[in-house]
Order: sequence, then structure tokens, then C-alpha cells
Amino acid sequence: MTNILQYLERTAQIFPYKIAFTDGEYGMTFSRLHENARAVGSFLLGRDISGPVAVYMERGADMVSAFFGVLYGGGFYVPVDDEMPAPRVKMIMDGLRPAAVICSEKTVDRAGELNLSASVYTYGEIARCQADEVLLAEARKNAADSDPAYVVFTSGSTGAPKGVIASHRAVISYTEGLADVLRTSEDTVFGSQTPLYVDACLKELMLTIKHGASTYFIPKSLFMFPVRLVEYLNRHKINTVCWVSSCLSIISGMGALNNHVPETLTTVAFGSELLPRRHFDKWREALPAASFINLYGPTEATGMSCFYEVGELEPDEPIPIGRAFPNTRVILLDGEKLVTEPDEPGEICVGGSRLALGYYNDFDKTSRSFIQNPLNKAFPELIYRTGDLGRYNKRGELVYVSRADSQIKHMGHRIELMEIEAAACLCQGVAQACCLQDDKNGGIVMFYAGDSDEGAVTDFLRGTLPRWMVPSKISRLSKLPYTDNMKVDRQKLKTII
Amino acid sequence: MEKLIKIMDTVRSGVDYMAHTALIDDGVLDSFDIVSLIAELSDAYDIQIPAEEIVPENFNSAALLQAMINRLADNP
Repeated sequence: MTNILQYLERTAQIFPYKIAFTDGEYGMTFSRLHENARAVGSFLLGRDISGPVAVYMERGADMVSAFFGVLYGGGFYVPVDDEMPAPRVKMIMDGLRPAAVICSEKTVDRAGELNLSASVYTYGEIARCQADEVLLAEARKNAADSDPAYVVFTSGSTGAPKGVIASHRAVISYTEGLADVLRTSEDTVFGSQTPLYVDACLKELMLTIKHGASTYFIPKSLFMFPVRLVEYLNRHKINTVCWVSSCLSIISGMGALNNHVPETLTTVAFGSELLPRRHFDKWREALPAASFINLYGPTEATGMSCFYEVGELEPDEPIPIGRAFPNTRVILLDGEKLVTEPDEPGEICVGGSRLALGYYNDFDKTSRSFIQNPLNKAFPELIYRTGDLGRYNKRGELVYVSRADSQIKHMGHRIELMEIEAAACLCQGVAQACCLQDDKNGGIVMFYAGDSDEGAVTDFLRGTLPRWMVPSKISRLSKLPYTDNMKVDRQKLKTII
Repeated sequence: MEKLIKIMDTVRSGVDYMAHTALIDDGVLDSFDIVSLIAELSDAYDIQIPAEEIVPENFNSAALLQAMINRLADNP
């Protein structure tokens, strides 16, 4: 297998009329998905559009078929969050310089207001296009498995998001490994929580087209109302979820599992941040027969790199991240030294053919993050330094320890606190800002100095940053505290959260 | 009601809570707000909000929230 589309082509033949992706009301069969994707691809090929194609749509089956359509066109897709404030969409588009933008009926006007140099099309108009067999075959002949499949944007510490590029080969390797780890099949029914603008959605997308499984895109609003969410899972007989840990915590934390059990769930994968044991224990008590799998991995290594199927744990033992995925290398480095002893901390580094191709339009940042494996003196071998610290436990399983810098995870999103600070400083009347994560509830807290009042700063940030990056608490100080070497004293600020 | 409005203001400011009756249906409050609001209300009123009460019908307006709080405070 050398191209992601081969999964779709095989499955569209075996299960043409099975529903592939749905929100419970509007769905798309594999056959329709395949046809629409070929139409989109033919349209792009007919206009000689290649390279990055932004897909600026609402989460749903249409957006997925636009992704595959871009791949049929020989380019690579770049999902853009439809709820993101316009300035940030503009920043991403300016860094990306897409060849075209595919919009929905709802986003097309907003895209028009961004003054992009790229052509803007609506999915509805191009998905009805006639498939052009000759152009599609030609595009496939020219493809290589090292070609990019997508670019996803993740928070960047300098204030500008950075685009991580993944190849077809990386995605295929991930898909195969993940199918083994989650033991998925054509009977798998996913309940997806993940937005489509992050690489985490590959789990549902790729395994659905690999096996001919089904994915329900769970409406985001249900995650506020846990009893309704459990009812939704039961109504659609969802058996597999891959959620960020905070979603599991919300449900157990609100007490929903006491009287409302998601009875059809057999596989619960979680990750992206630590799942506190008290929440995990409630889930296991509610679903004693289900498999629970902790997943860990940076976007730069395409999806997930480590997994741990939860077995027997000591009462307060943190849930390990386990061991490397098939076809993935994970090592701990202390400087240039390999760490092998239990309980010695080291930086988690990932290698193998699933490494990202780099950051889009940023050779500098790429060469700083993807480096030569210091253990290999004989030939070029790249590894990605995650900036996460880990250790081995007594059983030789990897355990996540902490971050080595100011990157955090909040509600499943990876956030550079410095990016929020940079955004805040663009607000009139903010001289300086410092962000911290509240250890108690994981929320983001921002302190700033300046003339602007808290309400105005909050409104500004809501208009600039995605919702999940907006601090939940914003406090003005007359000035920020400093350490002796003139850095903002984060420790001191932590004490006044 | 004044106490409640004050709490709602700290969670999400700039909304006319006295007038709005579709806070959830219109997407004024999102999941981040609901999670914070539940924590704040539990503290401020010393109540436990059971999962069964965490439904859109109780969060669409300040009046509905107040009714829920009264109900829970009366029958702990």
C-alpha cells in the first residue's frame, strides 16, 4: 500500500452502501464518499491546482470527502477550524499560501473577507463535478508514498501557529499500527469527539476507511450534557471511543456514570493529557469488561507513538503510556545519552517512518526540532525531540513525567503559553502578559500589566484566539513580579492563582 | 437572582442574563463555560448538581438555573 486512497477504493467496493460517516442525521455511504472525493479531485486536476489546499468547513462527512478529494487531486489537504476567529485563520492562510480553499456554504463568505490570493470554491459546487478517469489515473501514476497527505496547524511559541506535514507513508504506517493496538474491524462503531483540524481525527477517519467501519461525529454540545451524551452512545450502539482524557473526566466528574452506563462500549482509548486515577477508576468500575487504552504521541510523529492497555495498577499509580507502536522507535535521551534505567528521567524522542516531513514553510524550525539521532554516528537518522520528559517504571513501561518547557495540554489541545502571551500583547493597553496553567483544574490563567480592563482583554482574546486558548481567568496586576535575572517570576504568580 | 447573575458574569461576561432565554440553544455558553459554571455554583450554593440536572433545559436562562438551584438547595 502506497497511497491512503487505496483504503477507500477497496472499502467502497466491499461496502458501497454502508454508512461511513454521519452525525446521526446526515450521513454518507462509502460509495458516495468515494464518488464525491473523485469529483473534487477531478475538479482540482482540471484547473491544475496542486500543493496545499485548505479545507475550511464544518466538521462532518462532507469535510472528510473534501480531504480525500484533495488527495485525488494529487495535493494535500489543510483543515482549518471553522470556529476559529478570522485573524488567526488569516495568519494560517498567509503562512500556508494555499493553492485553493474549499469552503462550505457557511464559511464561503468569511473566506471571501480574508482577501486571499487563492481561489475559493464551495464543496457543494465541486463535489457534483464529473469524475475524469484519465486525469485521476495520471495523478496516481505520479504519486509517491513520501508525498504529503496533510498539514495540520498546532500552537507555536512565537505567536504564529506552525504547520506539521505528514506523508501518505506515515499515515498508512500509523493506520496499520493503530488497527492492531485498538483491535478494530468492520464491526467497529466509533463515537468521535475529535475536531477534524487536528491529527487526532486520523484514528476514526483512517480506521473507518480501512475496515469499512462507521464513525458518528458526536455533536460538540453533547459534551456539556453527559447524560445526553451517554444516551447518544447507547442509541447508536457506539462500541469504540478515542477521546481526549478531559472528556472522560467531565463525564465521570459530573457523576453521569452512576446511573447512566454506555452499555455498548467495549474499547475506550484516551490520551493527549493525563487521566487522573479517580476518574479512570470510575470508568473501569462502570465498564469492567471494556479495554482501556492510554495513547501518547506528538503531532510531529503522525498520530500516536506509544500505547498502554491498562492492566493491574497500584492504587495511586499513574497510568503509564506504555511502549512504542509497531514500526515506531521511542527512546529516552538525557542530553545525548540513552536512558535505560528505571525512574531516570529523559526526554521522549521519536523516530521511524512516521516522523512528520517537517514544518511547512519553515526550514529553520524543522531543523531545530527534527535532529540527527545522537546515538547514530554512521548515517543520517532523524528523531523528533518531543520536549516531554518520561521515565521507565519497574515493569519497563514508559511513564509521562512533565513538560520541559511552557507548552501545556488543555482540553485535549496542545498550547504554547507563549502564543497566548504574544496575542495578549497585541491588545491595546496590555504592556505585558504571563500565562500559567492552574494545577488544580488544568485551566489557563493569565496575569497582565497595563491600562486595559479585564473585560476588554477577554473580549480581545476571544476575537483573536481559538476558544480553547482563551484563559479562563484573567487578572490585571500593577506590575508583573520578576526574578533576579529579570525573568517573569512564574513561581510567584503560581502562588496567587 | 443577583448573586447568580454575578457568578454567571464571572464565567462569561457581556451577556444580558436577565433577558436571555436561549443561552445553550443560541450557543452563548459553551462547554468551557458550563464546566466552570457548575463548579462555581456548587461552591457558592453548597449544592451537588447531579448529572440528571445537567441538561440544556436547566441552563438556557438565569431563571431556569435559579429554579434548579432552589430545588437542589431544598432537597439536598
